[in-house]
Amino acid sequence: MSGKTVWVATRKGTFKVEKSAGPWHAALVGHSGIGVNYVARDPKTNRLWALLGHGHWGAKLSISDDDGATWRDNPAQVKYPEGARYIGQDMYEDAASEFGVGWKTTIRNATLLKLWVISFGDNGSIWIGTIPGGLFESRDGGASFELNRPLWNHESRGGDLFNGDGTGETKWFGTPASEGGEFAPGIHSIAIDPRNPKRLLIAISTAGVLETSDGGNTWRSRNKGMTMDHNPDPEAEWGHDPHVIELCRSSPDHVWQQNHAGVFYSDNGAENWRKVSAPSEGVHFGFPVTVDANNGKVAWLVPGRSDAQRMAIDGGLFVARTDDGGASWRQLRKGLPQESAYDVVYRHALDNNDDLVAFGSTTGNLYLSEDRGESWTAVSHNLPPIYAVRFG
Amino acid sequence: MVQVQLTRHLFAFFPQLEGQTLEVEATDVAGVVRALEARAPGLGFYLCDERGRLRPHVNIFIGNALIRDRRQLSDAVKAGDKVSILQALSGG
Repeated sequence: MSGKTVWVATRKGTFKVEKSAGPWHAALVGHSGIGVNYVARDPKTNRLWALLGHGHWGAKLSISDDDGATWRDNPAQVKYPEGARYIGQDMYEDAASEFGVGWKTTIRNATLLKLWVISFGDNGSIWIGTIPGGLFESRDGGASFELNRPLWNHESRGGDLFNGDGTGETKWFGTPASEGGEFAPGIHSIAIDPRNPKRLLIAISTAGVLETSDGGNTWRSRNKGMTMDHNPDPEAEWGHDPHVIELCRSSPDHVWQQNHAGVFYSDNGAENWRKVSAPSEGVHFGFPVTVDANNGKVAWLVPGRSDAQRMAIDGGLFVARTDDGGASWRQLRKGLPQESAYDVVYRHALDNNDDLVAFGSTTGNLYLSEDRGESWTAVSHNLPPIYAVRFG
Repeated sequence: MVQVQLTRHLFAFFPQLEGQTLEVEATDVAGVVRALEARAPGLGFYLCDERGRLRPHVNIFIGNALIRDRRQLSDAVKAGDKVSILQALSGG
């Protein structure tokens, strides 16, 4: 069933979920005991790519050419080049301060803290988003990866720190999602335009959305219409906290964003965003969003209770779907637990493929729908914490 | 020659090293890591980050003593030394 396999990245390994004879079944196929942040198939080569976070041994790219039966480290790993630096913000103890702490910016040497997302262009390009905010590209099928310097040196980030100290000011902040606890920016979304593989939208926690239309040579912000509730200027150009973005494959100008500050939708390629949260339907806070490949107005979310709680709303788990570009939402609950459920679903842990929709939670529950979310079955309640769910 | 003992955890990723007597020519710990990398490509990036610093949760001992320079791995080694490369424990 090409494309109907579900790949599940968890804190303790990679699982392959299939329906061959009987119900959907999850099998551990690789990386036992190792954190897997993301796993996805390159549709051009059929190669599977897993983004690992070893507790002791650092972040590694792992590949499989036999449908997950065997895995090996990719010979080329993602490494920050010598001289890659960025401006970080640090709190430090300061006895002279009335608060006991000071806040300062420092220039840090960049090393790979986390592999977070991988995306594949129709021209064979492979893009990887990382913490501390580097975007890496391979133009040779994964034989080598290179830091995208125009983005790394972008003025919003403080300019070129390879050659000097830049502007001294960054508009990129951080995410606590790095492995090892360092607070640094992270690229978690890479949306490639199927009409033009040189056009990409990326999303960064915490900065916002940027776009290139020339294969990464130049980048511009795409945050118009976005609002924040964690900044004195809610419409500032930078400082946004996209949790994930995804575009529609058949109509790529339709782009969806689940943000810390609500749900946003664009029907003009992220030139302008419109807030489509519906708090009365529970649609506001959450991490994932996925878009129907054939209809850009159709999207699914798994809402959570507020940034202060981050769990299922009132103990009942539901998926929200819109069929009209966010004008209205339906809560899809059939088959999902409606009491004593406290699941949270991470940004990459919801995906769709035709009528199939699947999501997994950090409490190890994996749910799947064969009717676009109208009803759900539990594939497993006992997986490790789930980080990503991808059809492929 | 310097004798190297690796945590068995690493044999899961570098099975070609399992059961081998690991002896390398080196004058400092950085040289030990380079020699291991030559024998098992990729191993160096398991032990150190891309700037050559020992990863935070990896420990290297010369005899029974932890190395002091985790940044440059400049601690000297000499023939007959035993170097142990182990995962650090953080408790729990």
